Amino acid sequence: MPFLITDHWYDLRDLANLCNQVLSWLGDFLPHGLVYIIAPVIGFLFAFMLFTLPTQLYLGVLGERRLIGRVQSRLGPNRTGKFGVLQPIADALKLLTKEAFTPTKADRVVMYVAPILFVAPAVMLFAVIPFSHGMIIANVSASLLYFVAVSSLPVLATFMAGWSHNNKYSLFGAIRIVAMTISFEVPLVLALLGLALMMGTINLQDMVEFQRHFHIWMVVVEPLAFGIYFICVSAELNRTPTDIAEAESEIVAGYLTEYSGMKWGLFYGMDIAYAIAASCFAATVFFGGWSFFGLDHWVPPWIIFIAKVYAFYSLFIWTRATLPRLRSDQLMEFAWKYLLPLALFNIFIVATERMLWSKADFGRGWIYVFAVINIALFVAAIPIWARFIGYRPERTPTRARLVREAGGYVPLAPNAAQGDQR
Amino acid sequence: MDGVGVTITFWILAVVTLGAALGVMAARNLLHAVLFLILTFIGVAGFFVLLSAEFLAMAQIIIYVGAIAVLVLFAIMLTPHAGRSNGETKMVLPAGLLALCLAAIFVFVLTDTDWSTVSTAPGVGVTGLGEALLSTWVLPFEMASVLLTAALVGAIMLARNPEDEIPEARS
Amino acid sequence: MSVGLENFLVVGALLFCIGLFVALSKRNAIGVLMGLELMLNAVNLTLLAFSRFTTSPNPAAGHVFVVFIITVAAAEAAVALALAISVYRNRSTVDVDQITLLRN
Repeated sequence: MPFLITDHWYDLRDLANLCNQVLSWLGDFLPHGLVYIIAPVIGFLFAFMLFTLPTQLYLGVLGERRLIGRVQSRLGPNRTGKFGVLQPIADALKLLTKEAFTPTKADRVVMYVAPILFVAPAVMLFAVIPFSHGMIIANVSASLLYFVAVSSLPVLATFMAGWSHNNKYSLFGAIRIVAMTISFEVPLVLALLGLALMMGTINLQDMVEFQRHFHIWMVVVEPLAFGIYFICVSAELNRTPTDIAEAESEIVAGYLTEYSGMKWGLFYGMDIAYAIAASCFAATVFFGGWSFFGLDHWVPPWIIFIAKVYAFYSLFIWTRATLPRLRSDQLMEFAWKYLLPLALFNIFIVATERMLWSKADFGRGWIYVFAVINIALFVAAIPIWARFIGYRPERTPTRARLVREAGGYVPLAPNAAQGDQR
Repeated sequence: MDGVGVTITFWILAVVTLGAALGVMAARNLLHAVLFLILTFIGVAGFFVLLSAEFLAMAQIIIYVGAIAVLVLFAIMLTPHAGRSNGETKMVLPAGLLALCLAAIFVFVLTDTDWSTVSTAPGVGVTGLGEALLSTWVLPFEMASVLLTAALVGAIMLARNPEDEIPEARS
Repeated sequence: MSVGLENFLVVGALLFCIGLFVALSKRNAIGVLMGLELMLNAVNLTLLAFSRFTTSPNPAAGHVFVVFIITVAAAEAAVALALAISVYRNRSTVDVDQITLLRN
């Protein structure tokens, strides 16, 4: 059939063809083994420089500020350039020209190394993400675990940063962030374990193949795992509503207090890069990766993948714009008392389903039945477990009343006294 | 294992791991020693990848770097008035002598023995490891979970603040 | 230009000896624990090297053993550090030279 993605080197819909051709051509006249060093460099250029860095600058900095501004009824940055398009460049220039001073009694070496240790895992995470059928830099056999392992490294960098400043607010920020991160890592790994159980593999490319084979997205089959993943990963990334690490109104700037200039810029930028990596991972594991129910035979798969990543990242931005920040003991209670038992319940259900499925020799229709059952359990388990631990929703939520001049987005209550309207 | 890449990787990892272990020994500040320990753990994880045990390499990073090192850092933070120096006791010379002699014996025996090696044993993947853990070694597996529960309860009981029970903050 | 079993074993042995020196000679209790972790890592490395380079009727035995060693090391680190904190609360020091109540 015409227009299907082929193996020719000029078929740019799967960039791996071009890459393999270039590498085999280079391998002909370079000494043996050097190609193995050039291949990851090419992969780094494509995955990080061409995809992540512009996304981080334009969706992460500009897009986020404009979207949050629109949610909060104001315009975002629109002065620099026509629609604020030069804003990230202006930010980067400002950070590069700021004076980066270190306090006198701070630990200079550790303070210097901490941003480097924060950047390295962000770049390493993109090595295992499949952008297309052949476009993975390193197809490690345990990619899911690689993701969890590498995303536990920035915790140490933030702790080093907070400790080395010799400043009690930085230390508070560091302690809170470490406690929060290790509390949310446990439900995260358990939710991903449930996913690996159902798909029978811990390799990301095999997971995409599984979803492509069964024409189903795992977000429908395991919605509980997706919910837990979303909350835990936004806690790991220190995004509101769980950004107690850098709570501006509470502890100056937490572990970033004494960082200025490009060191702060590295932390901020890599925060966004980690969020993009988490979005890539969620798009791969939950939303089908580079496949889209057969469309990936014609349309370049990496475009489908990038669209999914952007959609998921917008979900992060939306959550940030909407929810207020939680207190740190509320967060710990939420992680240990609510999410962890739900994750264990999810594993129990998924293990049972997988065992029943293997008795039926992995017939194709069963997974849709499991999807329906899991969605029903998801909708049932969340309020039942919340009531069980003692969270009760407000029965009579009070509504905000806007001033009449603003038009009032909320209809005024019918029994409001006439006297309190101006 | 042949190849230029493998050899270079092995030597780089060996230098990094042993250098970081020497850093744990020689660092003057306790916190720097912990950072060198983390580098040692990462180096050992690199060795695991070189030995085709990728699952164990990731598990090493998650458990050792992500959990045990953080635990050590928390313990250092919860003991604020203890000294932060990484000095040695009076036993440093006998200990050094012992370590040196043991290293000499080890290196001599290891290089002198004729190991009956094959160049590549059949690999153990994640599925092989899982099957082995749940079929042949299921009893130690269950006992390990009991051990972890006992360690969890024990550590909480030991480290709990005895006088003031912190009143529950209502949310 | 090849890497054999002996290379890995020598690295493991040297790591073990450095860990032994750290465990025997540090004054801080947490330093002693760090030496202990170095020794356990060296043992893991040796086990996996043998598993990779030799054949046996149980090919996964090395990997399973390493899983259990990592588990036990984690449990032991948690309990040891809880003990250190508890000793600190009573004596306000974690110096092994000064925790000598049981001596004569």
